[in-house]
Amino acid sequence: MRNILAATALIAAAAISTAAYAQQKLSADDAIKAAFAKAPDDWKDRLMPDETMKHCSAFKNNPPAAIAAQIQKAAKASIKYPDDGKFMGDWKKGEAIAQSGYGMRFTDYPPQRASGGNCYACHQLAPKELSYGTIGPSLLNYGKLKGFKEEAVKAVYERIYNSHATLPCSNMPRLGANGVLTIDQIKDVVALLMSPESPVNK
Amino acid sequence: MKLTGIVLGVLCACVAFAAPANAQDDATEKAIEQYRKMLKADPWSNPGLLDADRGEQLWKTPRGPKNVSLEKCDLGKGPGVVDGAFAELPRYFADAKKVLDLEARLLWCMETLQGFDRAELVKNPHPSGGKPVKELGAIATYVAHKSSGMKFAPKLDTPQAKAVVALGEELFNRRSGPFDFSCASCHSTSGQRIRLQGLPHLSDPEEAKKVVGEWPGYRVSSSHVMTMQHRVFDCYWQMRMPRVELGTDATIAIIAYLSKTAEGGEISAPGLKR
Ligand code: HEC
Ligand code: HEC
Repeated sequence: MRNILAATALIAAAAISTAAYAQQKLSADDAIKAAFAKAPDDWKDRLMPDETMKHCSAFKNNPPAAIAAQIQKAAKASIKYPDDGKFMGDWKKGEAIAQSGYGMRFTDYPPQRASGGNCYACHQLAPKELSYGTIGPSLLNYGKLKGFKEEAVKAVYERIYNSHATLPCSNMPRLGANGVLTIDQIKDVVALLMSPESPVNK
Repeated sequence: MKLTGIVLGVLCACVAFAAPANAQDDATEKAIEQYRKMLKADPWSNPGLLDADRGEQLWKTPRGPKNVSLEKCDLGKGPGVVDGAFAELPRYFADAKKVLDLEARLLWCMETLQGFDRAELVKNPHPSGGKPVKELGAIATYVAHKSSGMKFAPKLDTPQAKAVVALGEELFNRRSGPFDFSCASCHSTSGQRIRLQGLPHLSDPEEAKKVVGEWPGYRVSSSHVMTMQHRVFDCYWQMRMPRVELGTDATIAIIAYLSKTAEGGEISAPGLKR
């Protein structure tokens, strides 16, 4: 009896101390799961970083060379290319995609239209749009500065599809790889950057 | 009050005026600057104080199934002590066995003292656009205001609290979701903006000191007070994450990290925000 009591007391004490330290020992994954416990099932995958994001988060976007190489390799493998081999679509549609920040917020469901690329949130592009952000570099005259070269057109496509193929742990969203933009939308945005007729290059 | 009317007039004019986005934003910035000067001259013209007053009434009024006021709520400096309590939050509370920020502590008191159902309180805790801050937020505004002018000195030095701050830092840098955003995507460099909205570098103590103590803040763009838990909720919305629940260990940890980074900064709540 005494042993049983002592054992119960021990168990109770253990329970209290786990309660006391539960928050202290909480892993980031568990904290996030609990904070978003009411999320619909088809949103749960947003809570967990994939391999690339796990590394980028852990190294604050400054991964050691070996890991950077691994990220870059995976990013390159993720890129799907257009069936027709053409990288440029319609720059006018591209401008609309660059302007639009619509999509994938919990207030955007059910979707009313295709998601945008929100490029202006982070980049300067066409000179007449003065409301642009500065998280990414200015892309004014981008095509002109690249001499409108064919390799540059392909490189921009890849960049937008998965920026980590060029710069591991880039701060830019993986707009193609994450399914934010379709291949056709990416082609339109590539035209916005690379077409000589685009306002970006005028 | 008269001053407030004048400034609101200026702001409304610039919103109605169909100027290009940047000119409009410029004008908003200028109006906010002017607003700030007027608040310096007459602190009582701050419209956020209406919610602080409402919060004070709510704090003192017997409410909930147990029909008691919050005057026995211990915010860390003893039951009922409001003056200066916010300046020392977040902190560890032995009764809850947790580090809690202001809103999570109020939640705790409303649940344990007043008998409110926590699930109900966190179900829909933030006002939708153009609506006044809810009751919990109004009380938070009142409590924070009672530390205005003091310096942030969160009690986060125990091993337990340090672990929570470290978790907050990890969450601040955690990228996930379809846009691969973390808080750091938008708040880890000085002088950046998204479209035209300035983004404070929140992991930099100098910048954190300037802005963290302004929450809960009166938002000129929505003409209502927004709390810190709501600010974090809204940033998670921008990050394409699901609705984050108020007062969870994750949001407490993030706020603990922000407050620790802002340590020594002056509190001026409710502050004035865009
Ligand atoms: C959340 C911010 C963000 C968004 C949204 C964003 N970018 Fe970026 N972008 C960046 C950052 C940061 C960089 C610099 C790092 C890098 O090169 O990967 C960058 C780099 C680039 C570059 C390379 C520039 C160079 O130095 O050659 C191109 C091209 C580009 N972005 C195009 C786009 C386009 C087009 C869109 C929209 C479809 C877009 N970005 C959306 C943040 C963003
Ligand atoms: C995609 C960009 C983006 C991300 C990611 C983001 N924020 Fe923000 N944040 C903003 C913008 C924009 C504002 C300013 C809003 C305004 O002016 O209305 C802001 C404002 C804030 C403020 C108030 C700053 C002030 O001036 O007082 C805090 C605090 C904050 N964010 C915290 C966070 C935290 C914590 C996270 C992550 C959980 C986060 N943000 C993620 C864009 C972002």
